[in-house]
Amino acid sequence: MLKLDKVSKTYRVGAFGRNELRAVNEVSFEVKAGEVVSLIGESGSGKSTIGKMILRLTTLSKGSISFGGVDISGHTRGDLREYYRTVQGVFQDPFSSYNPIFKADRVFKMIKDEYFPHVPNNVWTEKVESSLESVGLNPGDVLDKYPHQLSGGQLQRLLIGRALLLDIDFLVADEIISMLDASTRIDVLNLLADLKSRGLSILFITHDLSLGYYISDRSVILYRGKIVEMGSTEKVFNNPLHPYTQMLMVAVPHLHEKWQDTGLPIEPEEIQEVGKGCPYYGRCPVAETALGCPTENPQLIEVEPDHLVACFLQQG
Amino acid sequence: MSLQVSNLRVYYQTLAGDVKALDGATFSIADGEIMGLAGESGCGKTTLGNSLIRLQSRMKYVEGEILLDGKEVPIWDQHAMDPFRFEEISIVPQYAMSAMNPTRKIGTMVSELLHSRGINYRASLPELKKRLDLVKLTHDVLSMYPIELSGGMKQRMVMVLSTLLNPSLLIADEITSALDVSSQRAVAEMLVEFRDREFVKSIIVITHDVSVLYQIADSILVMYAGKLAEKAATETIINAPRHPYTEMLTASLPEIGVKYSERRLEGIPGKPPLLLNAPEGCRFRDRCPYAFEKCVVDPPFAEVDDNHFVACWKAFEDYA
Amino acid sequence: MTLPIEAPAETAVPRKRNEALYFALRNKKLVIGLSVVGFFLLLTFVGPLFVKVDNPNEYVAFGPLSPSSEYWFGTTTFGQDVFAQFIDGLGATFLVGIVGGGIATIVGMVVGFVAGYRGGIVDEILNMLTNIVLVIPTLAILLIVAAYLQVRGVMVEALFIGFTSWPWAARAIRAQTFSLNSREFVDLARLSGKNSYKIIFTEIAPNMSSYLFMTFILMFGGAILTAATLDFIGLGPTQGVSLGLMMNNALLWSALHLGMWWWFIPPGIAITSIVGGLYVMNVGLDEVFNPKLREL
Repeated sequence: MLKLDKVSKTYRVGAFGRNELRAVNEVSFEVKAGEVVSLIGESGSGKSTIGKMILRLTTLSKGSISFGGVDISGHTRGDLREYYRTVQGVFQDPFSSYNPIFKADRVFKMIKDEYFPHVPNNVWTEKVESSLESVGLNPGDVLDKYPHQLSGGQLQRLLIGRALLLDIDFLVADEIISMLDASTRIDVLNLLADLKSRGLSILFITHDLSLGYYISDRSVILYRGKIVEMGSTEKVFNNPLHPYTQMLMVAVPHLHEKWQDTGLPIEPEEIQEVGKGCPYYGRCPVAETALGCPTENPQLIEVEPDHLVACFLQQG
Repeated sequence: MSLQVSNLRVYYQTLAGDVKALDGATFSIADGEIMGLAGESGCGKTTLGNSLIRLQSRMKYVEGEILLDGKEVPIWDQHAMDPFRFEEISIVPQYAMSAMNPTRKIGTMVSELLHSRGINYRASLPELKKRLDLVKLTHDVLSMYPIELSGGMKQRMVMVLSTLLNPSLLIADEITSALDVSSQRAVAEMLVEFRDREFVKSIIVITHDVSVLYQIADSILVMYAGKLAEKAATETIINAPRHPYTEMLTASLPEIGVKYSERRLEGIPGKPPLLLNAPEGCRFRDRCPYAFEKCVVDPPFAEVDDNHFVACWKAFEDYA
Repeated sequence: MTLPIEAPAETAVPRKRNEALYFALRNKKLVIGLSVVGFFLLLTFVGPLFVKVDNPNEYVAFGPLSPSSEYWFGTTTFGQDVFAQFIDGLGATFLVGIVGGGIATIVGMVVGFVAGYRGGIVDEILNMLTNIVLVIPTLAILLIVAAYLQVRGVMVEALFIGFTSWPWAARAIRAQTFSLNSREFVDLARLSGKNSYKIIFTEIAPNMSSYLFMTFILMFGGAILTAATLDFIGLGPTQGVSLGLMMNNALLWSALHLGMWWWFIPPGIAITSIVGGLYVMNVGLDEVFNPKLREL
């Protein structure tokens, strides 16, 4: 359904834009219909940039993104409008996603004005109410209110409801849970899982591994703009092969298990420039010059069905 | 050291009236104890943590007594609190990474801070360097500007700073929340190390992330809507909680190993009450599946087991 | 990564619009500033009812007279009615302020919004344009204009001021637009299929409405001051009278030395009060719109 092919995003930084910053580095992956894929990475990994490129809120520097077989990387206004009927996004900060001076349900009106201008008001109201109910909201509680009068959880669900109004096939969920309270997180998460069982494909962008494990079928681990490991969630989490993934699994705090002693260096000694070589080279405890780690960029290789790793150590 | 807090009430002043952000906190912390302070937004944990060291402009002290090693801590008197701050009670604030003046080299900032306390910077340098080694920061850090450090490095620098004078009590306010997973573990383990080496005697770790507390805290105090709900040893809170809120909270946390398709987790329906006109009685009443008639009266925060405190009528009944 | 929002819980404070009005009426600076400006504005409408002559430059007496019941502000060296000139000048001043300030704000808005929203090459070009207009020696241009247009009215002056003082407004609006552009509700508007112009006018501008209002006030005040300066040095309108012109004439004819205070003090006080009132209003409005500045 959604296919990324060697997508890259570079920014020009420094005086006169002399230096290049590669936020996303030749990323390729697919999301099939009815699938939830987690895009897992820490800050600076480029995961939000990928989300924005899929939503065409920013342009691609290289590569292509196709949806349903159609290349959308070069789409302009008219085509984009149609594209947004099938693909929508929800972002991290629920309070920032609403224009604070207007009421929250204005986001529905915006959809009506652009996509359903001729639908009579009473039909539209019914549509909105049923959409709200399908995301677990009581229309009386949330309509006709300002964003600051609603909670983060309600606002996020409103946004999902808005996306559903368009009868979308694909949702980009960019860190939508992280700013919610612990007791409402699971509700929104369960909502996403319900929607998936009704056929919605979701790209779940997160830094929180336990959330990724909970709802995704497949996971993509991102480091400094490059995919280091990807495959079925079970395989990646239960048998992490890339040193970075292994480090993440070890560092995550569990609720019923104490951290194990590992002796792995957690913090990098200095911040390495991403030039040639494996992006994890500066921090990798098992890197070897003989394998080419400092000079060559490892490619993703399938080590078992539905489990790919980009590491020279895994390549025999 | 020992900390005893009795019936602490701190309200926020607003146009519409007083918001009862912290409404009657009574608890104690023993020497060498790392106590986690957990709860969701608006529960009052940050208010509690901050009021122990510095009441901000809109915070109003209403009543309550705080004893540190038997000495009264006069939080209502900004001036009288000066000798306590930094030397006996210290804080690593929220957003500590932004707490450093960007136009000052870090070494300059440290010397200014020490100077304001009447301490000679040069005399403290050897100890400072030892601590920097402990947190794996190079000594060069002292001649760098904050912008040259990463988030995790800045966090560790602030931790060194806050504990330089070996305070008895350290308040760590959401110190891991803004960090990546990899730095989180390093910083959390560092806290324990500081306690083990007696740079600080006891620590209050404020966070909404209960799993981090499971890793490093000796005991956990759970707050809800401005009141204390439960305090017990970490294992007890996680594995045998007595307060319905604690129980439902820990049951709603996703963990690696739990998949939606295998076990669907449930959240807590409803919302916390507004603290402007807080409801009478137990504040969790509206969302609690066990609520009964007695809950219209505010339950006291009482000891039901060895060092296990709960504020819940049902829990009292179960133990009675 | 950011933290869950820890707020001291929702409070049942009156809704946002009413809250702004409530603070507006309570804010002393706003009320005082508004009253002062309002008073002078009222004067421009009411004043002409009390002026006895049609042409303020007409001679009504034989020489300078101090204020009396017949001539409230006395007369000039040449016997012109100072009050008549004052009222006329006040009208001209407000006209310059509104037209000149208005043009500056509108041009500034267009340039600022487009540059801030589009970014990239469009921004670079508009920036260059802004910088050029900023460094143009407006006085030199005005001298040239004055040489060609022998007869100039207040409108010409207003237009000139408007088209040369917009860079400040453009810069300020561009900066604000940049920062609002990266907010997620703008992304949401894009995802809803809105085009750029709709987004600027229905999402960004309304969010900046207080800022735009304050920009207009500053442009208004600035235009009046600029006009007074230009009038003072003789580059103002050739016909009619303005407050700056009055002060110019008073200076030329040694009103200070001769003790004819009634000639330059009224216009001086008027300009100072109006501009000062506008700036005080601006500070007051800032407190109204920015909740953090409010005292509790």
